[in-house]
Amino acid sequence: MNTTFVTEAAQQHDIRAHAISLLGPLVSAAGLVWAILQPDRITLLHPRGQGFWWLAVEPPLYVVVAGIVFTLVVARPLLADLERHRATTG
Amino acid sequence: MVHWLFAVGILFVGLCLFAEALAGREVWHMRRWRKYLWPGLTFVLGVFLWPVMAFFTNSAIHMYAHGSWADALMLAGAAELGLVHGRLKSPLWRFTWPLAFLVTGTAFIVHEQNPWFFARSAFLHHLIGWTFIIGALAPLALAFRPRSAAFQAAFAAVIVVVSIQLFSDRDVAPIFGHLSPLAGQQHR
Repeated sequence: MNTTFVTEAAQQHDIRAHAISLLGPLVSAAGLVWAILQPDRITLLHPRGQGFWWLAVEPPLYVVVAGIVFTLVVARPLLADLERHRATTG
Repeated sequence: MVHWLFAVGILFVGLCLFAEALAGREVWHMRRWRKYLWPGLTFVLGVFLWPVMAFFTNSAIHMYAHGSWADALMLAGAAELGLVHGRLKSPLWRFTWPLAFLVTGTAFIVHEQNPWFFARSAFLHHLIGWTFIIGALAPLALAFRPRSAAFQAAFAAVIVVVSIQLFSDRDVAPIFGHLSPLAGQQHR
């Protein structure tokens, strides 16, 4: 097989793997930036007088958690499978 | 507040779609649970729209809008579940996604009776409605070319954009400095 094609395929594979591994951290970082820019959105920091729902729903923290859950539950096993697929298909 | 909860679910669906577009369908389907993940989540979001319709709407038109979204999301999620499971064979089922987008977009626009710059929520209703209607081109293209990573990424991008728009929603807030006095006092 032409080594140029093999190298290009491997590079494309690496780019895709990097992109997948970055999705979760980028989302969490966006949530963190939002929390810093709008701390009043996190009612846990000033809970007095807040009702249950305003304390339960913390959107910037939810974004952070969504990124973490995605990384641990989806991205990591997917990257392992991507590597396995690469090993089996050459 | 309910918008933010849905925004999280929609964001997660968008991330899964991006990951599938990047990894490829073959790799995405290597684990059995994963191929049901985002279609299942979509279906569940559709189910959860029913209590929203029942408990968080205050007019008939809002009830119809939320009810139609619930139907559309459940239909699209269920069709995708059937397709990935292999129970549904006809490629025509892929058109449930553009249909769901069109129904959702139309419902968003029709049930918002105030103009764009009335308040932030009015602006976002119009914006999300048009995002869905124009964004329906992505799942429509995907229905014709189901293995296209570019179309799947476009589909994911529309979903993520909608989730960001939902996160921008507030009870009463200005939009680009505009807030109609009829909208009430700014809060949340």
